[in-house]
Amino acid sequence: MLMYVVRRICVSILVALFVSGLSFFLLYAAGDPATAILGASATETDIAAVRERYGFDRPLIVQYASWLWRALQGDFGDSFFLRVPVEILIAQRLPVTMLLGSCAIVFALVLAIPLGVVAALRPNSIVDRLALFISVIGQAMPSFWFALLLITWFSVAWPLLPSSGSDSWQHFVLPTVALGYYAMPAIMRLTRSGMIEVMNSDYIRTARSKGLSSWQITVKHALRNAIVPVVSLAAAQFGFMLAGSVVIESVFAIQGAGRLAYESIVRGDIPTMQAVILIFSLTYVVLTFAADLLVAWLSPRVRLV
Amino acid sequence: MTNLAVPTIVDPRVIEEVVGPSPLRILIRRSVGHVGLIVGATIILIAVAMALFSPWLAPADPYVQNLSARFIPPVYMEAGSWTHPLGTDHLGRDYLSRIIYGARISLVVGLCAAMISAVIGVTLGVVAGYFGGWVDSVVTFLITARLATPVILVALAVAAVIGSSAEMLILILGLLLWDRFAIVMRSSTQQIRTIDFVEAARVQGCSVPWILISEIMPNLLNAFIVILTLEIAHAIILEAALSFLGLGVRPPLPSWGLMVSEGRESILFDSWLITIPGVFLFLLVLAINLLGDGLRDVLAPDQRS
Repeated sequence: MLMYVVRRICVSILVALFVSGLSFFLLYAAGDPATAILGASATETDIAAVRERYGFDRPLIVQYASWLWRALQGDFGDSFFLRVPVEILIAQRLPVTMLLGSCAIVFALVLAIPLGVVAALRPNSIVDRLALFISVIGQAMPSFWFALLLITWFSVAWPLLPSSGSDSWQHFVLPTVALGYYAMPAIMRLTRSGMIEVMNSDYIRTARSKGLSSWQITVKHALRNAIVPVVSLAAAQFGFMLAGSVVIESVFAIQGAGRLAYESIVRGDIPTMQAVILIFSLTYVVLTFAADLLVAWLSPRVRLV
Repeated sequence: MTNLAVPTIVDPRVIEEVVGPSPLRILIRRSVGHVGLIVGATIILIAVAMALFSPWLAPADPYVQNLSARFIPPVYMEAGSWTHPLGTDHLGRDYLSRIIYGARISLVVGLCAAMISAVIGVTLGVVAGYFGGWVDSVVTFLITARLATPVILVALAVAAVIGSSAEMLILILGLLLWDRFAIVMRSSTQQIRTIDFVEAARVQGCSVPWILISEIMPNLLNAFIVILTLEIAHAIILEAALSFLGLGVRPPLPSWGLMVSEGRESILFDSWLITIPGVFLFLLVLAINLLGDGLRDVLAPDQRS
């Protein structure tokens, strides 16, 4: 078990480094960071001076190594555009995105798990078909369009909720639905198939023959086992949602890390882009790792492997 | 049972009763009975027809502006007329014509990006599954790293730095969406590798490329087709999202995602500008997903989730 944990930690760190390295090379090799800072009208001498000051004249691998070394100490350099340390920007913006992501994943789980369970208890019933219908619709709905539809329905046609900003809890309702709805179908399908499999197993038959109530059987015996793979999926979905927040936060004008990423991309602010990419992939890596440990702890079968 | 020896002309239906229907016939029968498959295939055929015959189907030139005929509502609304069945946009361009031409962009980007991903993913997956060992470890690492990459964010950043166009978008998405191909092809190859016919080919002295291409790959075809459809849908949604954010297809091209974005400023009074392209996008993605799910039920029922 300890070996497994150590190996997984090493792989996770390597993965995050690999992703950030790849995007580092891609961004710095493809664009000209000095021009990005100065704008297109800069003179040759200005560009040369900036190149030297920021160290863009060094080989890429050296630049990457020094960026990585500083990033490990929490120093991501200064934003090209706002002239503020990137880590300060991140510290301001990331909590909002994390809050939005957490609300969205809770929304998705609260909707998906009961629906999946009920659908599994009565396969091919009306409830099952309805759940399937919702998940098929959800998978085909482009999130930016769904977000705009929510605004037209609940802010314009029927002014119930605010359409932009992040000042009060009301501001988070529509973004939460827009982001969470996107994760729901996968979670529901996995809950449903897991429940169907578990409900047909021997120990459920035993529980039934002991005369336990069907509520006890469903929740205490079956759901507990069926939910295990959902843990991993939910962690992965949370990671995907962080990337999805780039779209949702720009639709709802929420001042989170996703919007920060989008703004820095539009402005060509490479240090900020780079930091957000690293933090998002690192979050994904840490979450999936934590989920794997949780799954191992929940089901001893995995622990032995 | 004595009549078995007598050579009589047997009714084909009787043969079918004894030996069962031919595999092709089973396939056709399953497909015809599958509502999702039929609905999905029909919508896709319509979209393909729209893309192929746009110049003949479109009532007007999708790029011609008419500033005296802006924001004409679609025919189903009160002020609408049949001259512009889906109305006109903020520049007075015929919306229906733009929708019809837009099908080309969605389908071409979706298809081409998924093809590039397929080549990368299948190669990695088959090689990893067949050879195992360190090759497998490297591919598994690449898959993990790819999953930890925030797709939208990296695609946006690269598009912003390198410059965005439809061709660039195809390349970026193609290089990012190969994960599912690799994962499924890898595990399927691992299963097939141990079956006797592969062993027989090896004993006969067949070369490794021969074994991979003509012994293993044909058996992956069913799973491949299913994933291909899902990834086409995925690429179409991402193209729309990137164009929506202003870093995908460039105006004045009529990408459906771009059209939603152009309609955004009219959300208060002319929200149909957002609704219409979104509905087409939604229907196309829905149809491809339905086709994918249907093909999975028909071709590879064991992979149902």
